[in-house]
Amino acid sequence: MDLLIDLVKIVTVMGLLVGVVAYTVLLERRVAAAIQNRIGPNRVGWQGLLQPLADVLKLVMKEDIVPTNANRFIHDLAPIISISIAMTTISVIPFGDTIELFGRTIRLQIADVNIGILYILAMTSLGVYGVTLSGWSSNSKYSLIGGLRSSAQMLSYEISMGLAVIGVIMIAGSLRLDRIVALQGDWRWNVILQPFGFITFTVAAFAETNRHPFDLPEAEPELVGGYHTEYSGLKFGLFFLAEYANMVVASALITTLFLGGWQIPYAAEMGLSGNLLSVLQVAAFCAKVVFLILFFIMVRWTLPRFRYDQLMNLGWKFMLPMAVVNVIVTGLVILFLEG
Amino acid sequence: MKKQQPPIIHRKDLTFWQRLYIFEIVKGLRVTIGQMFRPKFTRQYPEERWNPPAAFRGRPVLVEDQGVERCVACGLCSRVCPALAIEVQASESPYWKERYPVKFEINMLRCIFCGFCEEVCPEEAIIMSKEFELTFLSQEEGIFGMDKLLKPAGELKDRLEYLRNNR
Repeated sequence: MDLLIDLVKIVTVMGLLVGVVAYTVLLERRVAAAIQNRIGPNRVGWQGLLQPLADVLKLVMKEDIVPTNANRFIHDLAPIISISIAMTTISVIPFGDTIELFGRTIRLQIADVNIGILYILAMTSLGVYGVTLSGWSSNSKYSLIGGLRSSAQMLSYEISMGLAVIGVIMIAGSLRLDRIVALQGDWRWNVILQPFGFITFTVAAFAETNRHPFDLPEAEPELVGGYHTEYSGLKFGLFFLAEYANMVVASALITTLFLGGWQIPYAAEMGLSGNLLSVLQVAAFCAKVVFLILFFIMVRWTLPRFRYDQLMNLGWKFMLPMAVVNVIVTGLVILFLEG
Repeated sequence: MKKQQPPIIHRKDLTFWQRLYIFEIVKGLRVTIGQMFRPKFTRQYPEERWNPPAAFRGRPVLVEDQGVERCVACGLCSRVCPALAIEVQASESPYWKERYPVKFEINMLRCIFCGFCEEVCPEEAIIMSKEFELTFLSQEEGIFGMDKLLKPAGELKDRLEYLRNNR
């Protein structure tokens, strides 16, 4: 029975993730169009709502081209690595408290891992492999440079990302994500307790997901398409999906760590309880995630791209010291408050 | 004489708040969010059509007055056409105008919409219309004969008036 519940949770969350990712693409196109005073895709279905389906259909129908002298095995493997890592990260994120169904208490989280954050950091680090291997195996200079850039960028920003999370872990005293969320009730959100940690983490998340101000791995004017230049058809689609899945997962992670996860402020005072509260909490979590996704998209169409040296300067000379100072200050404050 | 050097303009250093970058991001976001609510430039084309102004040079047409074309087959348009798109064959006519075109063809695959034919025409017989949607399924269809070129003067009022005022 437990296995069945787990299976249902896995299928629901994965299905939802894929759906959300597909519609994030549509949202991005519509928002981009609106910012540029255009309308955007609005022909397929009502207001373009079937556009993701049409896009996927197009990608499936396209020819799968592998360049000559490419390492075929790794060329096929790289997108699979990218997408599976992007999808597995969501499994430890709690998207709600508990829900009572048919006399059972179901925890709204796929896997309650007690090293939650470490698991996420480990998985996102693995994401570098997909990008680097695709760049290397394509036998093309643009792909290679894109892959190298992205590996350098992701490695540099992972450090500040990890250090930014340490502040949160120190406050919570636990690596479990549900514990971190549980401690953020009633406006004790970590974004208020850890503003510098929040800024560092968000910027690092932008860099980790290769989103816009830091999208050097696929800088169009310089590198054609970056690491996925030589990919076509469904394999390109997987990279595309992985990129947006990373964005959704990063939004969910920022929500969980800093924006109070599924917590609704003053929910207890409003007299809500039971399953209704649980459903509302899931809705609150989704709303926060959508807000962050919108933020990601808006930033993409607002800021110009960083130069490579600027990126490295920001990462090593500014973000890293800020994260370290944040850890020290948090430690001192906790020490004085408790001691 | 020593050449005067242009003054050197020093770029102002960024202030502390600008160097923090975060507030600049917020400013940028304010601009983009403001843009989202501005009116859109896009026209929903096949449903929403554009009526070009009179100065627009669409495909050349022959003006028809009371069922007869104004053209006297002088051949000036054919002569001036830089793309050699126009072919005219003249013949005598029993009517008042003495000459008329037996055959008048414009190869729309060659036409470059320069409007020289219109400019050179002494009879105001060939003018540029507002039509810009030209599609054909074969190259032969691209050669427009008299049947496709003739257009009653009533439909071309805008352009005729424009030519009278601006020429």
